[in-house]
Amino acid sequence: MKNVLMIFLSIVFLFAFTADKKGYTIGDTARDFSLKNVNGEMISLEDFEDAKGYIVIFTCNTCPYSVLYEDRIIELQKEYAKKNFPVIAINPNDDKKSPGDSFDEMKVRAKEKMFNFPYVYDETQEVTKDYGATNTPHVYVLDADRTVKYIGAIDNNTKSAEDADKKYVEDAVNALLAGEEVPVEKTKAIGCTIKWAF
Amino acid sequence: MLKRATLTALILLLLQIQYVIGQNSVGIIEVPELEKIIEPEAGKLKVINFWATWCKPCIKELPYFVEAQKEFTEVEFIYISLDFADKIEKVDSFAKKKGLDKGEMYLIDDLDYNSWIDKVSPDWSGAIPGTLFVSEKGKEFFEKEFHSGELNEIILNKK
Repeated sequence: MKNVLMIFLSIVFLFAFTADKKGYTIGDTARDFSLKNVNGEMISLEDFEDAKGYIVIFTCNTCPYSVLYEDRIIELQKEYAKKNFPVIAINPNDDKKSPGDSFDEMKVRAKEKMFNFPYVYDETQEVTKDYGATNTPHVYVLDADRTVKYIGAIDNNTKSAEDADKKYVEDAVNALLAGEEVPVEKTKAIGCTIKWAF
Repeated sequence: MLKRATLTALILLLLQIQYVIGQNSVGIIEVPELEKIIEPEAGKLKVINFWATWCKPCIKELPYFVEAQKEFTEVEFIYISLDFADKIEKVDSFAKKKGLDKGEMYLIDDLDYNSWIDKVSPDWSGAIPGTLFVSEKGKEFFEKEFHSGELNEIILNKK
């Protein structure tokens, strides 16, 4: 009886532990999704035929650090969409907690900044939870099979693109396009917390 | 010649005055100083809060820290701003307005975040607000916005 209890407790503990460490790590296969873009269309990764990979970026309207990266995200799309390595930006924030991140506000921001990439809303926050995004902006670079190849920041200088001397996402995508190993697979950066619904 | 000496003396005096007044201002630090700040010290509990003027949840939780500081006078409260260094004046006046000047105030001037976030804590993703508790027994990082009472409870548990 004691043994059964021990096994039961171990399982409970294991689950509790796994639940705490959820989200993807390098080498995991990322899920696809179907999320609404600012133009009203539903967007899935599988829609991108012949994609050589995907730059999935969790970002939002209201985080000043996300805003500082907007132009750089536009540049990434300019550079890599034509190489079949598109950017998909996902807003993970609950719009009750953060009204400035509502779908309507996303449309406004996308128009103002003339976003050249899909900007979709993860209304249920399920995709965000499955990926394990913790802050904005937070990037996942996937290969053609949706294997996670890079997780982290866009580069190493939030304030100024010119002063960044490590361009993590570019380096990762260039490596994948060249069939090489990604040089830096994981980085951390200061950002805003994701605004979770209660 | 004499004029020059007087001028030098005056400048020195002014600098000194500024230094004294500036004692409780936000000091700009880099990673080596940050590493020193987060080091455990015998018999001391440090509560180190990472915040920024642009971070709404950070600003919301700051009053809880100021309150807790009144209650736990033996605990060291340290506020580290992640604003850009060219915003130092804004950070300084904002911090004083919020009453953070009862504790130590710094601004970390190193944008190569990936090089130092893990030094603060491997449990920190880099999202703020975040708070590091440092005592003789070890370190614990909370990546969350504290609500009423939560902070005091943790401090009581760690004392």
